[in-house]
Amino acid sequence: MKKTVLPIAIAAAIGLSVAAANAATLEDVKSKGFVQCGANASGLAGFATTNDQGEWTGFDVDYCRAYAAAIFGDPSKVKFTPLNAKERFTALQSGSVDVLVRNTTWTMSRDTQLGLNFTGTNYYDGQGFMVRKSLGITSALELSGASVCVQTGTTTELNLSDYFRANDMDLNAVVFESANEAIQAYDAGRCDTFTTDASGLYAERLKLTNPDDHMILPEVISKEPLGPVVRQGDDEWFNIVKWVGFALVNAEELGVTKDNVEEMKNSDNPEIKRLLGTEGAYGEAIGLDNDWAAKAIAGVGNYGEIFDRNIGPDTPLGIERGINALWTNGGLQYGIPVR
Amino acid sequence: MEIAYVRSEPAEALPPPTSSSGPIGWLRENLFSGIRNTILTLLALYLLWLTIPPMIQFLFIDAVWSGSDRQDCLGADVGACWAFVEARFPQYIYGRYPIDERWRVDIFFFLLAAGLIPMAIPRVPYKTLNAIFLLVIFPVVSLILLTGGDFEIGVSWWLALVFTLVLAEIIVLLPALLGAVPFAERKRPATVTLVPFAALALIFVIMGLDFGLREVETSLWGGLLVTLVLALCGIAASLPLGILLALGRRSKMPIVRMFSVIFIEFWRGVPLITILFMSSVMLPLFLPDDVSFDKLLRAIIGVAMFASAYMAEVVRGGLQAMPKGQYEGADALGLSHWQKMRLIILPQALKHVIPGIVNTFIGLFKDTSLVLIIGLFDLLGMVKLSLVDPKWATPVTPATGYIFAAFVFWVFCFGMSRYSMFIERRLDRTHR
Amino acid sequence: MAVQDHDAGSAPAARSRGSFIYDPKVRGTFFQALVLVAVLFFVYEAATNVIANLQRQHIASGFGFLQQTAGFEISQTLISYSATSTYGRAFFVGLLNTLLVAFVGIVLATILGFVVGVMRLSKNWLIRQLATAYVEIMRNLPLLLQLFFWYFAVLKQLPGPRQSIELGFGAALNIRGLYIPAPVLGPGSGIVIGAFVVAVLVSIAIARWSKKRQMLTGRRFPVPSVVLALIIGLPVLAFFVSGGPITLERPELKGFNLQGGVQVIPELVALVLGLAIYTGAFIAEIVRAGIQSVSKGQSEASHALGLTTGMTLWLVVIPQAMRVIIPPLTSQFLNLTKNSSLAVAIGYPDLVSVFAGTVLNQTGQAVEVISMTMLVYLVISLLTSAFMNWFNAHVALVER
Repeated sequence: MKKTVLPIAIAAAIGLSVAAANAATLEDVKSKGFVQCGANASGLAGFATTNDQGEWTGFDVDYCRAYAAAIFGDPSKVKFTPLNAKERFTALQSGSVDVLVRNTTWTMSRDTQLGLNFTGTNYYDGQGFMVRKSLGITSALELSGASVCVQTGTTTELNLSDYFRANDMDLNAVVFESANEAIQAYDAGRCDTFTTDASGLYAERLKLTNPDDHMILPEVISKEPLGPVVRQGDDEWFNIVKWVGFALVNAEELGVTKDNVEEMKNSDNPEIKRLLGTEGAYGEAIGLDNDWAAKAIAGVGNYGEIFDRNIGPDTPLGIERGINALWTNGGLQYGIPVR
Repeated sequence: MEIAYVRSEPAEALPPPTSSSGPIGWLRENLFSGIRNTILTLLALYLLWLTIPPMIQFLFIDAVWSGSDRQDCLGADVGACWAFVEARFPQYIYGRYPIDERWRVDIFFFLLAAGLIPMAIPRVPYKTLNAIFLLVIFPVVSLILLTGGDFEIGVSWWLALVFTLVLAEIIVLLPALLGAVPFAERKRPATVTLVPFAALALIFVIMGLDFGLREVETSLWGGLLVTLVLALCGIAASLPLGILLALGRRSKMPIVRMFSVIFIEFWRGVPLITILFMSSVMLPLFLPDDVSFDKLLRAIIGVAMFASAYMAEVVRGGLQAMPKGQYEGADALGLSHWQKMRLIILPQALKHVIPGIVNTFIGLFKDTSLVLIIGLFDLLGMVKLSLVDPKWATPVTPATGYIFAAFVFWVFCFGMSRYSMFIERRLDRTHR
Repeated sequence: MAVQDHDAGSAPAARSRGSFIYDPKVRGTFFQALVLVAVLFFVYEAATNVIANLQRQHIASGFGFLQQTAGFEISQTLISYSATSTYGRAFFVGLLNTLLVAFVGIVLATILGFVVGVMRLSKNWLIRQLATAYVEIMRNLPLLLQLFFWYFAVLKQLPGPRQSIELGFGAALNIRGLYIPAPVLGPGSGIVIGAFVVAVLVSIAIARWSKKRQMLTGRRFPVPSVVLALIIGLPVLAFFVSGGPITLERPELKGFNLQGGVQVIPELVALVLGLAIYTGAFIAEIVRAGIQSVSKGQSEASHALGLTTGMTLWLVVIPQAMRVIIPPLTSQFLNLTKNSSLAVAIGYPDLVSVFAGTVLNQTGQAVEVISMTMLVYLVISLLTSAFMNWFNAHVALVER
């Protein structure tokens, strides 16, 4: 596999590199042979981390692999760029990554002012607080005057300020560059409470000296719809990322799993047939093969499988499906129909 | 008349009183001469007594030398948790570099030592060959080893090469083209100009070869590997760039001088951290959208630019210290500007400022640790990352990790400063 | 062949070595034009790329964001600031925090550097070795590592707010910072402040008068002790005369933290400590080199005149050494100011952390934010060097 070398300043300077007229991302991905995803640099257990072998694993990482599987039929044709909160949007805007799978909250300003397109919500999250059990408090409303450790550059920081203002409480925010530093300072006792998305609280709690001494308060103070992000202005690529996401949810609704996807191709259910490409030409419509969804599911499994494998109740994080259950089970995950 | 006894030989000198010689004398002279001095000595001793025994207690006596997880390092009065450093040691050296491929990094370390150590010992011969190995062969081999080689050298690279070659040849042949001199006279310089381009072309070809090595992305590199790669690239780039900038700043051409001054003052006037931020969040927007730089490469460029501005000021100091006679003498011999600089001025000026140059190198080495703020994991970054490992999180883990990192950095920096003093003394002797 | 000299354009003349190609002026112009074209091309490329990239991706640009509401809190503010303030105000909060750290750091580093620099030349062997060990350890370790060590390893040992260490006079130290009682100005406190201002003015007058007298008569006046007595004594006197209008507000434990008084956040303590200890090592070396550059005859002559060692140092050696010391000292001050940007790593809200950190993340306008940040540091650097150059010239004038 040849890798493209960064064309160089010299070439650019003497005007030899003709700035291609915004090459379509899909063509670009196909020609380089892999999908370049932006992932969380500081490592968020269960969502995106590297193991001892240097391999990326996690919920967000599996989404990236699903795109590669849908395009190439091979979930390993991915590369990851570790990004911190500050760099993530520039990296996407400038084309350093094709898609950002980095627990990014969908907000209006990000969607409209930063030249980004959110492709849906793969994890409905909300901001929560973690405190020491020894403090003896049971509600976030008792936190007036508390020191709060928080990571910079996140919606978390703004929600925190809003929440304290709305409830007329005194806030003492201590802002850190990365989640690791914030959690370390909290562990040292610099702050009374640590706040981030609830999913992050479970992941970060594992990093504490004595995880059992800490508890997560019941209040969820914000809506944090997290999802993959692409650049504006490339609708073809936007469609692919969006529909691979929907396909994974549809697969769970229809009971198509990583293991049974081949036999399901023989199913008589027209919905399954359309999803797996044995009826209609929905894949061609987004520039892929007709069995795109089947390849993605064969690569990483359906939404429920991805959830359970990385962050579900049987993992160290132990997160319940909650509002991320299928709509049929009272959750918010709702597969847009393929037809 | 009796003759009085007259000494014909001088009497043997008495040994100095014990109070002013030997260990006691030394003590009196150096530690207890006068009341003020005695008080100072006692204060210093008290300070040492306050710090040294607890430190030894923490680092060695109470330290945990072996263990498998945090349970071994928990307790009321446990010292440094060396077991943690031991368990994490491979990551501190290689980062997340795949385990099966780490032999490649080992070869890199070995080649580096094999190139640097004989270069650093003045007595070892073949310095020119050694330098060629270090400056040409070693970088190419390392690049292929560490990344996996098999680069796609695009057409634009070759075009750039040919274009620069043609440009260079035109400049070399300009006098002949304009008819000022016969072509035969410019033949030799024209041929000499070809050599570096031929070498570059060869390197391009080698870079494009597939050696069957697995590709390892730079985002997996980490630990001491990244620290050394950053420092070496920074050093290799900042010295020549700094010399050029210093010459530019002292040039008689106003435009060249102006750009050099602006460049130097800009990079020296802003903190490195903003430069790194710029490289990570702003630079991508300055490039055409089909061009993207590797993150590590961007950090290297930032660090090298920063260091070269400081280097330029150090070299300028050396140039200013040169007596005017040296310049005039070179001119009188009919040397061209570049001959004068290369043969007369720079060798002497650089020798003068070796301490400054090495200090800049040390500063650069220390500054590499800042890349952790933009999400690259150098040695310090790796240490910091390992501190949040739930398997090892204990109250003593942070102190242990930082002390280990401090020790490694200190050994490198202190070693460099001592070596520069050694070289300085060696070169100094030739002046007297 | 004088004829051909007039006819420089003709072929035989051009063939000679005196061709215009070898004219340094022509070469210089040609070379400069080349450099100019290359630089302009780079600038043009970068500018067009930025504009194209921003437009294509519909990214907002311009400085309008400075008027928008920030919506986040900052843990240390020297001017009034709340989450409803604008990004522009957040910028000034960050800038002031940077200046505070730089100023306190410079003062402490200079004191530390001078003390250690003198210690390195002490006659006492032990003191000399201690100073050497300090210098060699501190300047060979990355500052970032030292900051982490102070903040994450040392700070961790401090007790929580409920077990604060009492420092007397109501001051307390815990992991949340250093708490100092704050003065509360009651009615009539203007008298005390006025007394202080008067004391300062009188002190300046005394200093001038004593200098003049020393020039004329050679007699010295004990300026430091008189000034000290004035500046402390007069306000204290006014305090008691006016019936103690200023009271102290002591920090007390309320809820989670100590409330009241002045809180010095631990990030500030760690940052100032780290910067001062690191830069102090460099300043010590500069001071040592400066003192050594003063010839030994100076101090011998001074001793011969009957001056004590301390007086010799402060009146004879150091004033002369200052000329050697000041230029490198300036660059250390600048380094310290620039290094204060490492605050971002330990959560101190300086300019880089607040503006190039939080604001950049909230607005996403990287080009504007980073440029403004860099410009601020450039201006600080240029102003500091201008001032120090002036000061250096001032000191150098004393030379006779």
